[in-house]
Amino acid sequence: MDQHLLSIVLLTPMAGLLVLLFLPAKSKNLIRLWANLASLAGFLISLPLVSRFQTGVAGFQMEERADWIPTLGAHYHLGIDGISLLLVMLTTLMGFLSILSSWNAIQDRTKEYYAMFLLLQTGMIGVFLALDFFLFYIFWELVLVPMYFIIGVWGGPRKLYAAIKFFLYTLAGSVLMLLGILTLYFQHFKQFGFYTFEISDLMKTDLTLGMQQWVFWAFFVGFAIKVPMFPFHTWLPDAHVEAPTAGSVILAAVLLKMGTYGFLRFSLPLLPRASMDKTIVEILAVLSIVGIIYGALVSLMQQDWKKLVAYSSVSHLGFCTLGIFSMNPNGIAGSVLQQINHGISTGMLFLVIGIIYERRHTREISEYGGLGHVMPRFAVIFAIAMLSSAGLPLLNGFIGEFTILQGAFEANRAWAAFAVTGVILGAAYLLWLYQRTMLGQVTNGKNLGLPDMSFREVAVFVPLIAWAIWIGVYPKPYFDILRQPVTEIVERVRPGYFQAGGQINGGQGPGARGQGEAARSARDISKTLRAERASFPRPRPAAAAGTPPGPRPPAPGGDR
Amino acid sequence: MSQFYTSTDHFTIIPAVMLALFGCAILLFDFLVFPDPRQRKYLLIFVALAEGFTGYALYRQTEWLTANGQTSLTGFGGSVTVDGFGIFFNWIFVIAAMIVAVVSYKYLEISGEHHGEYYGLILFAQSGMYFLATGTDLITLFIGLELMALTFYVMVGFLRTDKRSNEAAIKYLLLGAFSSGFLVYGFSLMYGMAGSTKLAVVAEAIRQRPLWDPVVFLALATTSVGLLFKISAAPFHMWAPDAYEGAPTTVTAYLAVASKAASIAFLLRIFMGPFWSAKEVWEPILSVVAVLTMTVGNLAAINQTNIKRLLAYSSISHAGYMLLGLVAGNDTGINGIAVYVMVYTFMNLGAFLVVVALRRQNIIGEDLDDIAGLMSRSPGYAVLMLIFLLSLAGIPPTAGFLGKYYIFLSLIQTGHFTLAVIGTLYVAVAIYYYFKIVRSMFIRESTEKAPMATSAGLRLALGVSGVLTLAIGVYPEPFLRLAQTSLLR
Repeated sequence: MDQHLLSIVLLTPMAGLLVLLFLPAKSKNLIRLWANLASLAGFLISLPLVSRFQTGVAGFQMEERADWIPTLGAHYHLGIDGISLLLVMLTTLMGFLSILSSWNAIQDRTKEYYAMFLLLQTGMIGVFLALDFFLFYIFWELVLVPMYFIIGVWGGPRKLYAAIKFFLYTLAGSVLMLLGILTLYFQHFKQFGFYTFEISDLMKTDLTLGMQQWVFWAFFVGFAIKVPMFPFHTWLPDAHVEAPTAGSVILAAVLLKMGTYGFLRFSLPLLPRASMDKTIVEILAVLSIVGIIYGALVSLMQQDWKKLVAYSSVSHLGFCTLGIFSMNPNGIAGSVLQQINHGISTGMLFLVIGIIYERRHTREISEYGGLGHVMPRFAVIFAIAMLSSAGLPLLNGFIGEFTILQGAFEANRAWAAFAVTGVILGAAYLLWLYQRTMLGQVTNGKNLGLPDMSFREVAVFVPLIAWAIWIGVYPKPYFDILRQPVTEIVERVRPGYFQAGGQINGGQGPGARGQGEAARSARDISKTLRAERASFPRPRPAAAAGTPPGPRPPAPGGDR
Repeated sequence: MSQFYTSTDHFTIIPAVMLALFGCAILLFDFLVFPDPRQRKYLLIFVALAEGFTGYALYRQTEWLTANGQTSLTGFGGSVTVDGFGIFFNWIFVIAAMIVAVVSYKYLEISGEHHGEYYGLILFAQSGMYFLATGTDLITLFIGLELMALTFYVMVGFLRTDKRSNEAAIKYLLLGAFSSGFLVYGFSLMYGMAGSTKLAVVAEAIRQRPLWDPVVFLALATTSVGLLFKISAAPFHMWAPDAYEGAPTTVTAYLAVASKAASIAFLLRIFMGPFWSAKEVWEPILSVVAVLTMTVGNLAAINQTNIKRLLAYSSISHAGYMLLGLVAGNDTGINGIAVYVMVYTFMNLGAFLVVVALRRQNIIGEDLDDIAGLMSRSPGYAVLMLIFLLSLAGIPPTAGFLGKYYIFLSLIQTGHFTLAVIGTLYVAVAIYYYFKIVRSMFIRESTEKAPMATSAGLRLALGVSGVLTLAIGVYPEPFLRLAQTSLLR
């Protein structure tokens, strides 16, 4: 059982799905109950991951590996590090909560609905656990079909358009990504004489800069469409607005994170030189900043409650990608934390919209006003969700955005200066939304008799609010978990980073690259350094060069 | 070589002989023993026996090759060659013929055209396919082609009272005859160059000529017209949508799968044999043809409302993908074509079988409307169809992904990046029209309530295709090993 914990986490939703298929379609409550139990079980089973996870251990943990298709060199290889641990926990929790929130909302074709959700859950967990590129790609594509159906069958008026748009966009991106994968795979074969999809083996491939750039852009299309980065974001508002509440929640909270996770797990470590290429970094940072500001400005203009939150996702994910391409520990750790934060707060915002939509069946902001008088519990929960999304200190959003901006500032001050406007605009559109819908007098008579939230509805929010406050007040455990994987990524991309005391400017990073010995000793020093540093976001000691190189720990992420 | 008859000669053609004999037996027994149309489904026993014998003969051929440690066995002075390639393709014909025969009786009964010779024709066509996959002589190949084509002309027009079926048969016959003419003209030039009809001799003669020799080019061009027509590659694809739509759906399935697989085998025999030394000449031509084929197939499919026509265009685009494997031309590419043909057989047969089940009394059942709401009526069929369509589009974890995987990998290995990008982008286009069917099945409301026309044979065949389509996708290892045995060269 212990050795197969990851497989069990991965396959629990699948097992739930198989049983679900044998339940009679007519007994809807039985199906609901079973789906809720299965997803709750999925969450509970994933909890031991947290207790078993050893903070600060290099590489992947709880690995499972078996040959799968020897002819192609594909393996069934699962493993977890700090980044994937957080995302898997987010997935299992949000999966359960979104299924719980669908109890009343979904009345027809319930069996198919829950079947699709459980399938989706398996695909998403698989994406975060796979350490073999072939396996990863299968899970990556597996997610598309259930999401198509969730939007297309149970969605709003323009559901067909939104569903196929989502499918086509993401599929086009992922097939191009496949070409990148195959290129890498073939280059590895040319150098080592055997075919493999193992990430750790592919990392040893030495690609020319030109080849790395080619593969980088192929990956970029796949990941950027998923994130979505500007200008590939146009599928997102449609998909979000048309999807049923739980679909929006899972889409925002987890599905988008697959893209940012892809950058962190694949683009950066596999293609370090392309990732540090000055032009590429600048293009991506600028796209992220444009995404931040554009998303916020468009949010400001929205008349539709759900569309507003959808565009705010574009803005928030812009922060996540900006953090990644700051290419320093603060930026990347902040980005991962912000991914979790966005999952929590935007998940809550979509749930809030779902609750009001179930009562009034409209999402026009102008239809509402003064709801705070009618639904006080709702008003409090919406306030917390909104403030957490806007980045109020002591709530989760602040920590993530602050760390990202710190990282961006270190990389390039102009980036930070532009990105910070996104925080201000974010507060503006969210507070304005709250003001228009919740405060003042009740402007629409239809809203007078609305019932406040029920116990089940509140129960959905409790874990999320608790999590938001936890991250906001005491984020240290998260940074502890993230320190090791983030350091590995930074060392991989910028081998001289820790030697130089972390003062390298964003554009001039690759300077130390190519000088093999220097880079290696730099890595040694940084390992020692890392042990000394207590907490992440704090500025690191400047006197790094004097520390003697210690014994060399295993290479990052490589060894099995 | 010089000997007129050797002791192993009969061994190289025994499957084709068995198929032809059983075909004749069916014609005889049909009117002697089963005058009652309802009994005609018992003729399936003959088909099963014929396929059983063929399968056994293929198995013995494999065994012989392994036992003697050889890669090929030639017969009749080099006219026929039994090798891994031929055996692999023949297994595909066996499976396709068996599945098509098993699902046909209900369909033909509903159409009122259940005649015994139908089963005979299936076997005759398969006999021709045998020679297309194993023939290494221009005459043998041509006779195999004509045997297959002539039977298909008859089978496409099998619904005598249906105008569409007749029209389709005439169109197919006229265009097919034309293309055969081109093909034979090319063959005659090859003979003229080599003084022999043996592929090996022709290959040698072409190798000794300069690369851009006008005669070689003319032979290449005319032969290609005939070959590309057979695999329905653009711009010689016009017949396919009409023939596919007009033919009885079971015949369409056979035509789309077995005839295409045999033609691909034929094409590989010619391009990897005589014309291999001129690869530099035909590689750019075939690249253009492949891109054109994918473009025409994928773009024309978008607006179709008839499922058979839609699948016809999709099958055109699949021919484009297979050609890309030949353009790459390395082992991965050729192996990729074999894998592609294998997975294509199961997924395409499966998709057509669902359309077969839509044909009910007084309902033609070919339109997107006819399949609307299938999920609420017959969820099993709907889910199977979804699997087949995802596989046709190449979405993992279904079999179709592996076919595309090999093709793309071979293109990347040989540095054809542009072709690879075009090929991948058309995957996204294809998903649009495949999902028109999915949307109709899962999202739209049912327009009519008539139950599906099922039969035990159809359910069995669908189950086999569905399970294999998923199994090849999830655990492809044994199937990939099998396909590797088919490598030419």
